[in-house]
Amino acid sequence: MVAAPSEPVVASGDGAMLSVVDLHKRFGSLEVLKGVSLTARQGDVISMIGASGSGKSTFLRCINLLEIPDAGEVRVDGELIRMVPSRTGGLRPADTRQVDRIRSRLGMVFQSFNLWTHMTVLENVIEAPVHVLGVPKREAIERAEALLDKVGIVEKRNEYPAHLSGGQQQRCAIARALAMEPQVMLFDEPTSALDPELVGEVLRVMRQLAEEGRTMIIVTHEMRFAREVSSEIVFLHQGRIEEQGPPAQVFGAPRSERCRQFLATSAHEVVG
Amino acid sequence: MRFELFPEYFPQLLAGVPMTLQLAALSLFLGFFLAVLLAVLRTSGIAPLVGFVKVYVYVFRGTPLLVQIFLIYYGTGQFDLIKQSFLWPVLREAYWCAIIAMTLNTGAYTSEIIRGGIESVAWGQVEAAKACGMNAWLRFRRVVFPQAIRQALPGYGNEIILMVKATSLASTITLLEVTGIARKIISQTYAPVELFVMAGAIYLTIVFTITRIVDLIEKRLSPERAAARGAKATAERDLASVH
Repeated sequence: MVAAPSEPVVASGDGAMLSVVDLHKRFGSLEVLKGVSLTARQGDVISMIGASGSGKSTFLRCINLLEIPDAGEVRVDGELIRMVPSRTGGLRPADTRQVDRIRSRLGMVFQSFNLWTHMTVLENVIEAPVHVLGVPKREAIERAEALLDKVGIVEKRNEYPAHLSGGQQQRCAIARALAMEPQVMLFDEPTSALDPELVGEVLRVMRQLAEEGRTMIIVTHEMRFAREVSSEIVFLHQGRIEEQGPPAQVFGAPRSERCRQFLATSAHEVVG
Repeated sequence: MRFELFPEYFPQLLAGVPMTLQLAALSLFLGFFLAVLLAVLRTSGIAPLVGFVKVYVYVFRGTPLLVQIFLIYYGTGQFDLIKQSFLWPVLREAYWCAIIAMTLNTGAYTSEIIRGGIESVAWGQVEAAKACGMNAWLRFRRVVFPQAIRQALPGYGNEIILMVKATSLASTITLLEVTGIARKIISQTYAPVELFVMAGAIYLTIVFTITRIVDLIEKRLSPERAAARGAKATAERDLASVH
């Protein structure tokens, strides 16, 4: 069920669907995020690029608190995720119910799909709508079948994930996330675990979502895709934003030397 | 071997089967809930709770069930406090002492089996559940536990069999289950071999039946594994036909 907000939603005033301010995260002595801010408005498609270890996945995982940031603010549709100081000197969520509620409004797609292996495709898609949002099962099934049709695997609805190809599993995972009717979709390297010939089918679905005007944050190594579908590109380097702007600017005329270098090493993908 | 004893005493031994099954079923049933609770505490990451469960499991796995039964049956009567408490009507009954001892014992073993199952669930699936906004209870109930049980079932089938056989220890505190009856008849007939052969045959039959039931449950609970096995078999056949 969707609990009513336990306290008045504080609007951030700028109409941002997602706003992250000055996010810091360290793992032990390694500071992975050194103050990253990002704002996504309704319909924005923001691709985060950067070398492995630049912190882009960690940033994404901090948005829905799969990682707990050490400092910084996250707002979803104006609602601040309330954090309090933890004993270890970082932060912890003040109210886990608020976290659960906000997570239900953020759809997440993982690199390794993470489908529930003991449930069929259909059961995966209706699980959270039925048990978290309290949608009647019949209605959830109808919507799930429409979503599965949209991602092109409706004929697989009674199969178990183990029977699906990687691309089909990822499309199922996208349908599962969409079933929650999220305000923002978070994609964490959704094609990195796929065989090359399966990447296209997943990117096609994502492109379609972008064209429908969904708000999306995408961590990706698919440069050409990022260039074509994004409204904004963010280049992360060693936990900081090095370069940020429309694709034409970031790919065409990057101001940062590091960004230029990074793009040069992945140039074959952009041109290719 | 005096075969003429078989028709006379076999029915008498069979009369003990309900008691054997009752002891096993009730202690397994209660022990299972205890085990789930212990396994949850054990995997909670909360140090005092984890420590408590570790000590509990250590004590109950580290001492013989027979000793546990004796301690509960003979030991609790030593304390006036217990004799005067509301527990005494229960604890003075050999039946309940056996149930309690076996429940606590199977609870310890089973909690380890279930813990293994819980820890086998891929972390990514738990994260996916979190990302959908499922709270801790829902994640446990819908994602972790169903998979933990499937994983634990073969090991738990073993535990069920061990408990069925362990009920024979209840005969030492006067309970007349299959072994208890056998011992009673032996003291009258001096025919231990004949009676223990019959008793053994009865246990074999019970265990055989349970094994089949557990197999069936395993297949019923894990259609995705049966499906995967089927797919693998098909793939292997395909490969074989290529060569």
